[in-house]
Amino acid sequence: MEKNTEEPLKTAGGLYRVELFFSKRRMILIPAAFILFLAVPLMGFNQYILRIFTVIGIYIILSLALNLVAGYTGQLSMGNAAFYAIGAYTATLLLLRGGVNYWLTIPLAAVLAGFCGLLLGLPTFRLRGSYLTIVTLGFGEIVRMILMNWDSVTNGTLGIRNIPAPDFFGITLSLRNGGFYYLVLFLVVLVSAASWFIVNSKIGRAFVSIREDEIAAQMMGIRTTKYKALAFVLSAFFSGLAGAFYAPMVGYIDSNSFTFEVSSQIISMAILGGLGTMRGMFFGAAVLIVFPEVSRFLMDYRFVIYGVILVLMMRFRPQGLLGWQPRVPVRFSKTVRSDLMREGILPEGE
Amino acid sequence: MADFVQQILNGFALGLAYALVAVGYSLVFGILRLINFSHGSVYAFGAHAAFFMVGLHFGPVPAIIAAMLITGVLGVVIDRTALAPLRKKKSVSIAALVTTLGISSIIQNMLVVIFGSQRKPFPDFFNFGTLELGGVRLGSRQLVMVTVSLALLLLLLMVVNKTKVGLAMRATAQNQKAAALMGINVNNIITLTFLMGGASAAIAGGMVGGYYQIVYPSMGFMIGLKAFAASVLGGIGSLPGALVGGLLVGVIESLAALFFGSNYRDATAFIILIAVLIFRPAGLFGKKEVVKV
Amino acid sequence: MALLEINNVSLSFGGLKAVDDVSLYVNKGEIVSLIGPNGAGKTTMFNILTGIYKIDHGGILFDGYPIQNKIPQDIVKAGISRTFQNIRLFRNIRVIENVLVGCHITIKYNFFDALFRTPKYRRAERQNMVRAVRLLYDVGLSHRVHDYASNLPYGEQRKLEIARALATGAKLILLDEPAAGMNPQESAELLRFILGLRGRGYTILMIEHDMSVVMNISDRIYVLDYGKLISQGLPQEVANDPKVIEAYLGGIQNVEN
Repeated sequence: MEKNTEEPLKTAGGLYRVELFFSKRRMILIPAAFILFLAVPLMGFNQYILRIFTVIGIYIILSLALNLVAGYTGQLSMGNAAFYAIGAYTATLLLLRGGVNYWLTIPLAAVLAGFCGLLLGLPTFRLRGSYLTIVTLGFGEIVRMILMNWDSVTNGTLGIRNIPAPDFFGITLSLRNGGFYYLVLFLVVLVSAASWFIVNSKIGRAFVSIREDEIAAQMMGIRTTKYKALAFVLSAFFSGLAGAFYAPMVGYIDSNSFTFEVSSQIISMAILGGLGTMRGMFFGAAVLIVFPEVSRFLMDYRFVIYGVILVLMMRFRPQGLLGWQPRVPVRFSKTVRSDLMREGILPEGE
Repeated sequence: MADFVQQILNGFALGLAYALVAVGYSLVFGILRLINFSHGSVYAFGAHAAFFMVGLHFGPVPAIIAAMLITGVLGVVIDRTALAPLRKKKSVSIAALVTTLGISSIIQNMLVVIFGSQRKPFPDFFNFGTLELGGVRLGSRQLVMVTVSLALLLLLLMVVNKTKVGLAMRATAQNQKAAALMGINVNNIITLTFLMGGASAAIAGGMVGGYYQIVYPSMGFMIGLKAFAASVLGGIGSLPGALVGGLLVGVIESLAALFFGSNYRDATAFIILIAVLIFRPAGLFGKKEVVKV
Repeated sequence: MALLEINNVSLSFGGLKAVDDVSLYVNKGEIVSLIGPNGAGKTTMFNILTGIYKIDHGGILFDGYPIQNKIPQDIVKAGISRTFQNIRLFRNIRVIENVLVGCHITIKYNFFDALFRTPKYRRAERQNMVRAVRLLYDVGLSHRVHDYASNLPYGEQRKLEIARALATGAKLILLDEPAAGMNPQESAELLRFILGLRGRGYTILMIEHDMSVVMNISDRIYVLDYGKLISQGLPQEVANDPKVIEAYLGGIQNVEN
């Protein structure tokens, strides 16, 4: 996505101060937000509201997953619903047919989805841009067709009913008792942390370099094929995780829960918030889940509005609503600073 | 054996419809290097426009011609309102791609809002009887589809290859800047491209609507993907490629349905698409592009 | 033994011989220039050297090992890095991050080190962060560390590209028109900087049109025209070679016609 590049670092104004404020207090603000979210089920919300919170959680995970491929690596995937589906079906089948413990089905489902991500990532070897996008779309449809037609395993178009909710030390998780909410909160924290650590490492930098200029990235010795495949695997893994959580929560899955519409919904969220940023994923998921709920009368127009969002965003703010480039300086750790100081090359303004 | 011939025949007829839709992808890609994701929805729009016009008792031919015009205009509107501003801003290519995705969603769901998402019966206009020959049935519907599609595709080829406007289109496809310097109004050419793409999609929509006697808002999704597969198979950007690709996809998927059951019929096109992109990304008639550094 | 040895390399695009039986060598610690009129095949030569194009004939030895037709990543690893004629920075990330991407192959930790922030990860990140800042300091961009690459003026973007190329740890640096678009003062500064690189043990092969730069710092010069090597030698020898003068003047005549 094109980034806002007009303002140089030094003339940054009010937004810069806000950024600096958050950046300096992030060690307090993030835990504070976490505690606030921990307290949500105790605030006496009804099941409907808790369900919305939980669904937002699922879509945050899905958006973060998409963000790794589309936002950082620059490979727009339109088949992420397929990984979501693979996660959901794998977890369900392991649970019902395999008799596997619920808590094991989640990682196993994610691993299988990740493996399918590898299968999809391999053709990226030769594909670029729009071609890749359309292959991911085709992949999503193939997966859905298999789910729809492989009756003996997936129960075809009828889907699978009565997926049992898991127990946690004798308590059966439900939406009412906040069990699913806490579980999704845990998963969101997990996926966010993993995503943050990956992005802020040489792996994340390799992803971004592919997005920015694939040939230049190769000239830096980056094995672009390997990293593109890795991005797909991670994206699929996290999407699979979301799917494995989703199935027992709703208790029922069929192939229509994972259509192209789901993929395009995730894309809309990521683009609204700002591809290539993590804050944008939280924002986009929250807005696009809450929005149709508070405007039920617009229900028929929901997908029309998604389309309008995509078109308007691309025209007027392609980097997303929260997609600005941070202007706070890069943080050097204490040891880095002292090393630099010793060499006398600490950059100005430090 | 009769089954086999029958399937090839069915595939041939359907393949020509795919080719008509594929032409839309190829025309736009040739000039803008953009995969126009909204094209499938434009096709569905065309089918609905024909359906609506037929409802006004115009008779099939005027109805389809009217649908052609309306849908062609829709194509132009899409370009002028959503894509042209992006070109002016010199946005990254992914922006245009996402925009067409958004437009697709808008069109398809507006059709749902207006016409409802259910399947609507399309009158059986083209049924004048069936010819049977050694167990192979050749319906008049198929005959009409084949004749009309072939005629249109040939007309398009003629326009692109033999006329002055076609020359301008090919020049623009080669090099927009150079074409503009030679006095070609590139914007008009792009507009014309969208007009032609929209019109041919509308015809395909009307024909396929008549063939299956059914229209519904999401009908463009699958055929759009198949047509895209066809244009990639033929070599995206090449009109003869779109024709050959469409026929191949149509015939192969009909045969696949015969041998592997109809459940996986729709998957065939994707498998072709993925295989082509992996093994021969330039398609049958396309040219390989050299990396510029 | 020469650090880089190109033997009888040819490459055609369709019927066009872009590079025709070219042989050249670069000794360790040398600054060698590749010059020639536009379209002579200089950048194509760089693309061959860095593995973007595969050659039809010939061989390339780097440090005694054949590197022809290897993939770019292996060539960088072997120790050749480059800049681009039409600057190819990672525009939407910071200056320091551009250099850190350049450090990629020198950062030795794996995916799980990053995911769990192991001591190995922390150490490697710290060392390379310091290294990246030092590289930026060396090219004179220490005031730009936190900036975004796209915000840099042209001359600084060129410097950043060089810093990024150095970050890979390469021994041989290929500079594709480093002085393009620079004013005389900037190119004089660049000249000193390139000499400094040689002083620190780097070997340089560069394409350049600015004759004041080429004549002043090159140890040797090769001249390409229509994909063929038409002259080579010390700057003075090349400058007085009638074939070179004809290639350049002939070019000018063609333009006038």
